[in-house]
Amino acid sequence: MKKETLSTQEPLLQVQNLTTEFRTDLGVVRAVDGLTLHIPRRETLGIVGESGCGKSTIGLSIMRLIPDPPGKISSGRILFEGKDLLQLSRRDMRGIRGNRISMIFQEPMTSLNPVRRVGDVISEVISLHLKLSRKDAWDKAIEALDRVRIPSPVLRVKDFPHQMSGGMRQRVMIALAISCNPTLIIADEPTTALDVTIQAQILNLLNQIKEELGTSIALVTHNLGVIAENAQQVAVMYAGKLIERADTISLFDHPLHPYTQGLMASVPRLDKGTQSGGRLKMIPGAVPNLLNLPAGCKFAERCPHTEERCRSEEPDLSTPSPDHMVRCWRYA
Amino acid sequence: MRAFIVRRLLIALPVTLLITLIMFVIINLAPGDPIDMFVGQQGLKPDEIERLRADLGLNEPVYVRYVKWLGQLFQGNLGYSYLDNQPVIHRLAERLGPTLSLMIFVILLSHAIALPIGVLSAIRQYSWIDYLATGIAFFGVSFPNFFAGLVAIYIFSLSLGWLPTGGLETMGAGFSVADRLYHLLLPGMVLAFREMGVLVRYTRSSMLDVIRQDYVRTARAAGLSEWSVTFRHGLRNALLPLITMLGLMIPRLFAGVVIIEQIFQWPGMGRLAIEAILSRDYPVLMGLTLSSAVAVLVGNLLADILYAMADPRIRLSEKR
Amino acid sequence: MSSQMKALSPSAVPSQSFRRLAWRRFLRHRLALLGAAVLVCLTLMAMFAPWIAPMDPNRVDLMLAREGPSTAHLLGSDVVGRDVLSRLIYGSRVSLSVGLFSVSIYMVLGTLLGCIAGYFGGRIDMTISRLIDAVLSFPALMLILVIVGLLGPSTLNIIIAIAVLSWPEVARIARGQTLAAREETYVLASEAAGARPKRIILEEILPNILSPIIVDATFGIARAILVEAGLSFLGMGVQPPTASWGNMLNDAQSLSILESMPWMWVPPGLMIFIATISINFVGDGLRDALDPKLS
Repeated sequence: MKKETLSTQEPLLQVQNLTTEFRTDLGVVRAVDGLTLHIPRRETLGIVGESGCGKSTIGLSIMRLIPDPPGKISSGRILFEGKDLLQLSRRDMRGIRGNRISMIFQEPMTSLNPVRRVGDVISEVISLHLKLSRKDAWDKAIEALDRVRIPSPVLRVKDFPHQMSGGMRQRVMIALAISCNPTLIIADEPTTALDVTIQAQILNLLNQIKEELGTSIALVTHNLGVIAENAQQVAVMYAGKLIERADTISLFDHPLHPYTQGLMASVPRLDKGTQSGGRLKMIPGAVPNLLNLPAGCKFAERCPHTEERCRSEEPDLSTPSPDHMVRCWRYA
Repeated sequence: MRAFIVRRLLIALPVTLLITLIMFVIINLAPGDPIDMFVGQQGLKPDEIERLRADLGLNEPVYVRYVKWLGQLFQGNLGYSYLDNQPVIHRLAERLGPTLSLMIFVILLSHAIALPIGVLSAIRQYSWIDYLATGIAFFGVSFPNFFAGLVAIYIFSLSLGWLPTGGLETMGAGFSVADRLYHLLLPGMVLAFREMGVLVRYTRSSMLDVIRQDYVRTARAAGLSEWSVTFRHGLRNALLPLITMLGLMIPRLFAGVVIIEQIFQWPGMGRLAIEAILSRDYPVLMGLTLSSAVAVLVGNLLADILYAMADPRIRLSEKR
Repeated sequence: MSSQMKALSPSAVPSQSFRRLAWRRFLRHRLALLGAAVLVCLTLMAMFAPWIAPMDPNRVDLMLAREGPSTAHLLGSDVVGRDVLSRLIYGSRVSLSVGLFSVSIYMVLGTLLGCIAGYFGGRIDMTISRLIDAVLSFPALMLILVIVGLLGPSTLNIIIAIAVLSWPEVARIARGQTLAAREETYVLASEAAGARPKRIILEEILPNILSPIIVDATFGIARAILVEAGLSFLGMGVQPPTASWGNMLNDAQSLSILESMPWMWVPPGLMIFIATISINFVGDGLRDALDPKLS
């Protein structure tokens, strides 16, 4: 696969009308419903939402790691480097995973094989994709560990995961992810399971990598603070649908969708003081049951601005300002 | 590691002795004693019976007799069989070989068949292999092994005439490995059948467990082939718990061996146990108890050691 | 639980009542249902044996001994002329009673000891755990054989022997589960409210740890049946004239009977197998229903 040198306007990856379903005991759940999204080049796209909104499923769908059964990508296209990933043969897709697109996961404690040395795993991936000899792959593995700022990489490369701390294991995951110079890294809640101080380190590391390697990052998280600090663009998910999309500054300056507004308002802030009487603002109600979604806008029940139309018809995405999309009848 | 072994042995010693003590007490609680067995055959007079009893020390209190037995034990003497006055050690030794060969055969055969089927059934859930595995698992565990033995003899010996109905070797023929194997086949297969049932279930669930682990997903996300993901990353982890299973197999096999040796007239320690019980041959019974307790303890210890060696989390448990 | 399924977290799919879901799952398990049906039949057979059996199982009739199936004896007769079918029916009483009673005893004993050990910890735990380890290190069959062989073969002795040797396994499970449950918030809340240990164990912990214990107990019944049958087969279990499936098989140790009179040994063997496998099916279904993560 040749690296293409198009202008940065051309998105790196285009998701078109993606729907991913899961069959459960009680019915079919659409974790992602008709999603259209693009990931820009050399930038971080934050994908934010509550648990169950489908944000993790997006990453797994792009990587075609959805377990089947019970899951299935039922429709859509994912365009990357001139191909539709969903149409690739399994073999070709394997050539992309870990090579052109990598993924890092939430739980560093359990995401590394406890009986294999760290170096073995990384060099196996390297020699698979880059077709290097064992020795060369091993050296590159050490290089990757160095890149993620692990001290004494020559020694560490022989370690087993249990000999490392959580933060270091996450670095190893990142090293694994970047070992073959991918153009896209999907980071699924990479710091949620780590201490706050380590969180900052890991996020900084990701940003540095982005600069050094020119990769794009899809950062999936439920933490608005992380998004604010690290993402250039943001996509907000709710009940499997994309409900707002903008660059970070616009989103935080004037969030359009009532859900986004509610999210922003519910974040405790030291500078706001006793503005709202000292209590944290909540969004009333709860996330809808994915097995039994209401007709119309999925947020209608909890929205302070609901109208008749909201309950019966689901709005499409509209673009009230350039580069700022929202799915709400108030802006249609 | 060494401290671990020493500690285990230190605990094992008193436990073993405790087991022998309890066994001794229970055996001697039984109504009647070996002399009663004799009397029926020889027609002795009452005072001769008493003299025999005194000779064998059978009218001393239980604890005295136990201490005497212990004393003898520490001198390396397990006593003499009441039945034929042979040293207990000899009786045990001559029966050890057949039982050991049977057990080893069963362990090897059951693993050779159960492991691949268990692993494959986990990878290909709901396929025919999965159903085969479940079938073996249920049948193996539910089919009473004595019944299986009878059925096996009926089919393979009496009807088809392929295999002998029992015994260690063909009468009159000299020692030959092929002959021994020929006789080993049927009892071994019957015993292995049950073990396969247990193993297939265990392997399958261990493998299923491993497949769901995060690190398997990491391997897949890195683009590794299904083969590598399953075998290089999954299998090794799945096989670890099976090492402990090996230790647990030994006591289970003991139980099966007793019955199977009876059916197939296999001259092993299992049959010896039954003979000893029926003839109230106390010294032999104590010897058997001791050796089986030791075997179980050694088996468990070995399993733990092997596991510790194989799992790097235990082998290298210091953080740098 | 791997983070793979976090995509479907509980907040998106509400939980139904545990019992209802468990029941649904059990009903979907066809083998378990089949097993349960068979067990019900066997239990009925055992309970109503005197009315179902064609004749007295112990009635000896040397004139009609060793006869194959006929109109007089639907399944033939054994070496002393007793009716095989009647003995088969009465034999279910022995197997089922041994299975149920021994398991009931050691279930209660083991669960109690395990919970106490797990809840109180410290010296109590240590003592009980050492006891568990000691009994588990016993060569089980030797002990059973010795007890039953020497103390006299009787149904009661078998039940006691099985119970004595089997309680440690349940105790271990119960202890492990209690240790885990002890840290749960609802237990801590009870303790903070001043509830006494007996109440906490019986009302808070016990109901929540029953699932694996019930599953183990179910499989335990099958194991107990096999042990009794095996002992009876060796002549050290239930003694004739009382009919037990195991001792009916004892006759087949003679090669001539084995070869030419299959009606004497095939039916009892099959019955043991059917009973055992039905119980195992039910146990499997229970395991799936009560805790699907285990399957």
